[in-house]
Amino acid sequence: MNSIRKLDWQEFFIPRLIKASGYSAILFVILIFFFLLRESLPTFGEVSLRQLFSERWYPIEARYGILPLITGSLLVTIGAMVIAVPFGIGTAVFISEIAPRWLREILKPLVELLGGLPSVVLGFLGILVLAPRLRILLDLPTGLTALAGSLLLGGIAVPTIVSIAEDALDAVPLAYREGAWAMGATRWQTIWRVTLPAARSGVLTAVMLGIGRAIGETMTVMMVTGNAPVLATRLDSLFRPVRTMTATIAAEMGEVANASTHYHVLFFIGMVLFLISLAVNLAASSIVFKAKKRAERVLS
Amino acid sequence: MKRSYANRDLIQRLGFSLLTLLALTTVFPILMVVGYIIKEGAPAISWEFLSAMPRDGMRAGGILPAIVGTLYLTIGTAIFSVPLGIAAAIYLSEYARDTFLTRLIRIAIINLAGIPSVVYGLFGLGLFVIFLRFGTSILAASLTLSIMTLPVIISASEEALRAVPQAFRTVSISLGGTQWQTIRRIVLPQALPGILTGVILGLERAAGETAPILFTGAAFFLPRLPDSPMDATMALPYHLFVISTQVPEMPFQIQYGTALVLLIFVLSMNIIATVIRSRARAKRQW
Repeated sequence: MNSIRKLDWQEFFIPRLIKASGYSAILFVILIFFFLLRESLPTFGEVSLRQLFSERWYPIEARYGILPLITGSLLVTIGAMVIAVPFGIGTAVFISEIAPRWLREILKPLVELLGGLPSVVLGFLGILVLAPRLRILLDLPTGLTALAGSLLLGGIAVPTIVSIAEDALDAVPLAYREGAWAMGATRWQTIWRVTLPAARSGVLTAVMLGIGRAIGETMTVMMVTGNAPVLATRLDSLFRPVRTMTATIAAEMGEVANASTHYHVLFFIGMVLFLISLAVNLAASSIVFKAKKRAERVLS
Repeated sequence: MKRSYANRDLIQRLGFSLLTLLALTTVFPILMVVGYIIKEGAPAISWEFLSAMPRDGMRAGGILPAIVGTLYLTIGTAIFSVPLGIAAAIYLSEYARDTFLTRLIRIAIINLAGIPSVVYGLFGLGLFVIFLRFGTSILAASLTLSIMTLPVIISASEEALRAVPQAFRTVSISLGGTQWQTIRRIVLPQALPGILTGVILGLERAAGETAPILFTGAAFFLPRLPDSPMDATMALPYHLFVISTQVPEMPFQIQYGTALVLLIFVLSMNIIATVIRSRARAKRQW
């Protein structure tokens, strides 16, 4: 009797607790949005929009133009993707379609390992190993440049791209490949004309999430990009110090007074980053959703 | 006709070589990074380095407070994120129907996973440090890291729960088990290795993160160990950042030694997770 009553109690409370935990994810996104909004809204009363989107970031003289920070983030991210997309997708195809089983079992954990390396360790090696070499190799005044940031950020985005693209390739039914082989296509032709196109939505998602990962990375870029908030609009900006949105928040938030204008503007930058990541992730998940719908139509 | 066949074989060979090259150039630097840090950092590791307080403005002595701090933060993160994450995964895999709200939960999880770590730092500052008045403390930093870790734990646990065959549940229910009994005695034990792997990988990320704790709990230097969750703390990743950018004339050996200790901390979690996963796969009967 007693144990049945205990059971009733468990059957009543535990599912409700579990349900509440499930909904907590929504709560957290709302909380994050709310607190970013709360701390960043005063910006609009304190800094004019024109100044906010001007070209000069110099908080000591109350100049809060976030344009250089945005271009800095864009430049470093584009550079990173130029590296990470071919290497990431190439590695994913190699692991999923070409590598023998034993090699796959070695490569996959290694790529995961790269994903687990703390970004501060990569930044540290960037300062001590990569930057001095870049300086000598390219004959620059300093190696701490957008290029150094892009190189390391590329490495950070690769594991994200590999794991998602590889899942997408794995999900392509074997029958697709067998059909191509049966018609006399080589393995290469099959990969290029059947498997990759069939997995393209997943591969696209991988690239988008890679971009999201790169644009949000903080410690590595803060340590190796030289932290100069100058407008980066030309190609040779790649060989100069820049500063990203993430690095600006991380470097300056520790030193500002609570509720000052500078503090509000930093939260505003955080809000911009939050909205970018929201857009990237919503776009990525809608690609997957559409692809699922299409697959259901084709298969039914 | 013959020529074009030869051509396709040549193209295939070229294509395969290119992909092999791409994969190897991706993997090689990972080994280089790990090898280099081990080589440069190993000479710094001594009992004193691991067990003593820093001296001479952190230019000598040990890194004990940073090690202990990272341990505290990892445990603190686990306390909040593990029960919540596993419960959320159980909800999604066992209870939730495919409704609009369930889809909203999934979108929320995807978005949580994509939010930049420094934005988590800002959020933690706004909510835990200032609004809830926790101050810069282990508590505030752990809570911030927990929310960041949550999507990793939820996704991995849900995948593990879903992999348990439906027949297991049907049998348990047909024997008179309630849904919660079925989950607790049948589904959870079967999914445990997968859940554990996800939990460890999530905590590994938390242990190596710097940006979320920058303004929520990390201390530049503390002459003693933290003795309450309301204290700020040193932490390995933040310490590595500090001694490689903020302290002039820092001996390289201490920098590499700190990097190595952090790497060992994180890699051992990674290896444990990989071992659990592959052993469970080998033992699995379904």
